[in-house]
Amino acid sequence: MIYSLYILNKAGTLIFQNDFGPTEKLSLNAYIRLGSTFHGLHAIASNLSPTTESSSGIDVIETETFKLHCFQSPTGIKFFIVADPNHPSVDEILRGIYELYADYVLKNPFYEIEMQIRCDLFDYKLARLLKVNTTND
Amino acid sequence: MGTDVFNKVEKINSELFTLTYGALVTQLIKDYEDIEQVNIKLEQMGYNIGIRLIEEFLAKSNIGRCADFMETAEVIAKVGFKMFLGVTATVIDQDPDKREFHLILDDNPLIDFVELPEQYKHKLYYSNILCGVIRGALEMVQMKVKCTFMKCTLSDETSSDIKVVLEEVLSDMIPVGYD
Repeated sequence: MIYSLYILNKAGTLIFQNDFGPTEKLSLNAYIRLGSTFHGLHAIASNLSPTTESSSGIDVIETETFKLHCFQSPTGIKFFIVADPNHPSVDEILRGIYELYADYVLKNPFYEIEMQIRCDLFDYKLARLLKVNTTND
Repeated sequence: MGTDVFNKVEKINSELFTLTYGALVTQLIKDYEDIEQVNIKLEQMGYNIGIRLIEEFLAKSNIGRCADFMETAEVIAKVGFKMFLGVTATVIDQDPDKREFHLILDDNPLIDFVELPEQYKHKLYYSNILCGVIRGALEMVQMKVKCTFMKCTLSDETSSDIKVVLEEVLSDMIPVGYD
């Protein structure tokens, strides 16, 4: 079960958020705050690396009731998913979402880069991707 | 590598592509009259394509950060060109400081049916959009480059030659964990 998906732009601003399944709805501001907080934590985590190289930042956070997987592209866009702790293939789903983003968001000429994602086709493909993955579980 | 990704991406009729691009360039010439302006506009359009296209490239090719600019050159020539144009380019004249290279295009689908009229030769860089695409794409992965057409087969020169010069690595833009 995937609970929610967040997409942050390079500056750490939330540009997409959606809940799937029976999650408690928060206010829009709360989602934005959550996104920015994660962006900060990710940067801190990367600096905490005890070796001389900086680490990749937060990849996974695990708790008893959920886990959070983050994928950051080399351009600096972050995708993170909150999922059931037993979900087997969150990383593949994240890669799939990155491809959908490249196809259905960026190729839409009316989408302004770095801005809020409002693309119906992306929503639709995303729902399909997640549906296929639930039936496979 | 390039071929694998090429097989994965969606294809269109190459003639439709070539003709669409031809219509675009001729319309620009009509609109601007000044050929230098046309070159600039083509480059700007390419830039706007490049900043979007880079994500598709990264998503589908699964390539991470390059170790140096010369690896970048090889990746553009062998994977990037293959993936989006179906052809590969050759990298020559890499300079020892690893800040400059030339891309030689033996085959360029943009110019398949094109014969440049005399008055445009050595003035119009017909495929200048490619320069913009390279500049835009590299800027998104934190490399500021200058990209120029040095030679063009349409102007009766021996080959199509694009020069790429690394001006600056935008190090404060590099996302955490990639530096």
